[in-house]
Amino acid sequence: MKRLALAALAAALALPMSAEAHRQWLLPSMTVLSGDDPWVTVDAAVSNDLFVFEHVPMRLDGLTIVGPDGAKVEPQNAFTGKYRSVFDVHLTKPGTYRIANAGVGVNANWKQGGETKRWRGPASELSKAIPADATEVKINESVRRVETFVTAGAPTSEALKPTGVGLELEPITHPTDLYAGEAARFRLVMDGKPAAGVEVTLAPGGVRYRDDRGEMKLQTDAAGEFSVTWPTAGFWWLEASVRGGQSSIPNAQRSAMYVATVEVLKN
Amino acid sequence: MRLAVSAALLSGLATTPALAADLNVSLTIPTLKVAEYHRPYVAVWIEKPDQTAVKTLAVWYDTKLAKREGETWLKDMRQWWRRAGREMKMPVDGVTGATRAPGKHQISFKGGANPLGNLPPGQYNLVVEAAREVGGREMLKAPFQWPPAKAATASANGSSELSAIVVSTKP
Repeated sequence: MKRLALAALAAALALPMSAEAHRQWLLPSMTVLSGDDPWVTVDAAVSNDLFVFEHVPMRLDGLTIVGPDGAKVEPQNAFTGKYRSVFDVHLTKPGTYRIANAGVGVNANWKQGGETKRWRGPASELSKAIPADATEVKINESVRRVETFVTAGAPTSEALKPTGVGLELEPITHPTDLYAGEAARFRLVMDGKPAAGVEVTLAPGGVRYRDDRGEMKLQTDAAGEFSVTWPTAGFWWLEASVRGGQSSIPNAQRSAMYVATVEVLKN
Repeated sequence: MRLAVSAALLSGLATTPALAADLNVSLTIPTLKVAEYHRPYVAVWIEKPDQTAVKTLAVWYDTKLAKREGETWLKDMRQWWRRAGREMKMPVDGVTGATRAPGKHQISFKGGANPLGNLPPGQYNLVVEAAREVGGREMLKAPFQWPPAKAATASANGSSELSAIVVSTKP
């Protein structure tokens, strides 16, 4: 009985938050670097095909780069074009960098005088947006994190610590130490706690040159963990989304989405 | 139980230096007829059968570029970089050096002396990885036993960036 309830909860958590097919991603020029003065350049876009610039650029408003020592690193040469945004990261310290575009948005809809109204914006403006005579008010707070990882020299883990907000990946296998034919293990955490029973989608890039999309669907276990043996080298897109967690907005639903781009190398 | 005992014995032996046995490596860099030729980056190291790197014996890369820019491509020897290189600080005395021309190169190491040092007794692979700018990448392995009970030779043949490697050991 208890187990059933847990399974139901897990299933509820695992519901995708929207049917939107477009995929968000950050794509670094490389993830494993050597040398005295390494840089990476990163593309940021939203598209159907991975990793093709064919829809809209990703806005860089929520860009946060954490360096190997846990300190913030400023992006350089940021630019937003028709199909993609671009920025550079100077890796001045050896170790692993976490490059993330993250944020919280609020969607609301309500009825006013028989008409349905929709609103989208930051939580701080929500109370002003909803009129006093609104009925059937529905509010959803969505937490989003799109990220990637790069390492200069030996991999380190300081930058990989979850922030504790929204859905995040807590690597067990280091995310810049992935090889085709080898197994990697990760944990998903929601607000810092293991996210069990969540569906994880893994999709390789380069789909334009193949007939089969080559995607994999996995499920996190009771500890929020999943394991994948990478079938091919290349950049892979990892996505998961859940409903749940406590919103700071009264009577609001909450959902969280997580995306990571990781590079799988050939052994 | 018996296994555990012999493992303990082996690790006990590991602390006694192998007497000055020899490890000789011959590696042949092929002559390639290509429009743009750059000498390959080459790494030579010793690994355990589980691929754990034990010692890096040689790294040949472009040491002459300004601002140590030649280190940028060390990661293209991606197996060595993963297993050993990324934990090392370049350059390493007696290990790193300039790239070499096509042809046969002999490098010799002595037990007890750097960079081989006191290699614990066991079964190993000698690994050579070559990566060339605007070219390919190839990795070859040849097994050897240390310390050698008698003179022994093992070799491996390549097909693109390395012609062959030969590893000979003698007590």
